[in-house]
Amino acid sequence: MADKLHFELVSPAKLLKSEDVDMVVVPGTEGDFGVLPLHAPVVSTLRTGIIEVHNESGIEKLIVVGGFAEVNAEGLTILAEIAKPLSEVDRTAYEAELKDLEEDVQDAKDDETKARAEKARDQIISILEILDREAA
Amino acid sequence: MANLKDLRNRIASVTSTQKITKAMKMVSASKLKRAQEAAESARPYAERMENVLSSLASSMKGQSGGPKLLAGTGNDQKQLVIVATSERGLCGGFNTNIVKAAKAKIKALINDGKDVTIITIGKKGAGVLKREYSDRMVEHFDLTHVKRLQFSDAAPISARLIEKFEAGDFDVCTLFFAKFINVLTQKVTPLQLIPASFDAENSVDLGGACYDYEPDENEILEELLPRNVGVQLFRALLENAASEQGSRMTAMDSATRNAGDMIDSLRTTYNRSRQAVITNELIEIISGAEAL
Repeated sequence: MADKLHFELVSPAKLLKSEDVDMVVVPGTEGDFGVLPLHAPVVSTLRTGIIEVHNESGIEKLIVVGGFAEVNAEGLTILAEIAKPLSEVDRTAYEAELKDLEEDVQDAKDDETKARAEKARDQIISILEILDREAA
Repeated sequence: MANLKDLRNRIASVTSTQKITKAMKMVSASKLKRAQEAAESARPYAERMENVLSSLASSMKGQSGGPKLLAGTGNDQKQLVIVATSERGLCGGFNTNIVKAAKAKIKALINDGKDVTIITIGKKGAGVLKREYSDRMVEHFDLTHVKRLQFSDAAPISARLIEKFEAGDFDVCTLFFAKFINVLTQKVTPLQLIPASFDAENSVDLGGACYDYEPDENEILEELLPRNVGVQLFRALLENAASEQGSRMTAMDSATRNAGDMIDSLRTTYNRSRQAVITNELIEIISGAEAL
């Protein structure tokens, strides 16, 4: 088993992935890091970004928003609030949402709702930035 | 003796009631299956989260000045009770049981001289609590529009809780919900959300291995603890949804059976009185003929 890394991706709603892979690149808050089999135990928080899953059939890319990664003797576990294969991400949907949220920010009556709308907007913006970078 | 027409009407009305309860039972059986699946698929996330947090928490133990969400405010004067019930009725003792347990707790806290505030999720519990504690109820979350509970439904509630906690509105927060054990049994469970409580048994033995923390432990805890509140809440709501459907299914099942019994006894009475009427008529005809 030492030549493979057991990788699990979990969202609050369900277990998205549980498989053995060669390597996973994780977008940690303090920088991306690759996890190979027999990696030292680590707990790290994640920033919004791309997880790269490397195995024989190639590289699979998934977008994650918020969460953390844990590496232990059993393998790598990523807990993410949102996780989606890059190929399934619908850019136009995010653009539409961004527009909605921009309007929310404009319409916000008090500081509290404004702050909340801005936070949501920034999240969408960072997702879009990542998509741009991947497309380039 | 009730007349035949009345009896016929009653039989018809009980039969249609039975049809309704039977349909409701069927519907909740299929909803229950879905709710159960959802509750099960949410389990890995919550469990992993708990494992990581409890091992972090145990490594932090003994150090002073940990995050407030874990260590508490060092006070328990201001208590917040969250009561999660269903949005719809006709589900047996489901709501009553939750409210009863919550009320007992609230009463005990008030007797201890604590300041108690209440947040309700689901309008069935809110209605009952309003009668007694309307001045203590600070907020209500409505999930009527939610067909299938998603994490994004629970997130705003937990965000609001953390906001209130940081504003110093409460020190301890307890959530009342019904844990799904099986279709027949649901157990009302109090769950302390803030400060977070962990079972020492659940903490994974790291086998002497030392984790690297990136960024440091404190920052990870700061980030994970609020998220954990959301996850726990989400999980509790999922369990609650499954319990509600289970409870409704049993309630509707026994209602269907009761209606069946009632129809049987009504039908017997109906047949008897029909018989009696015929006999009466015959007697009248015969005695009339004899009199001639």
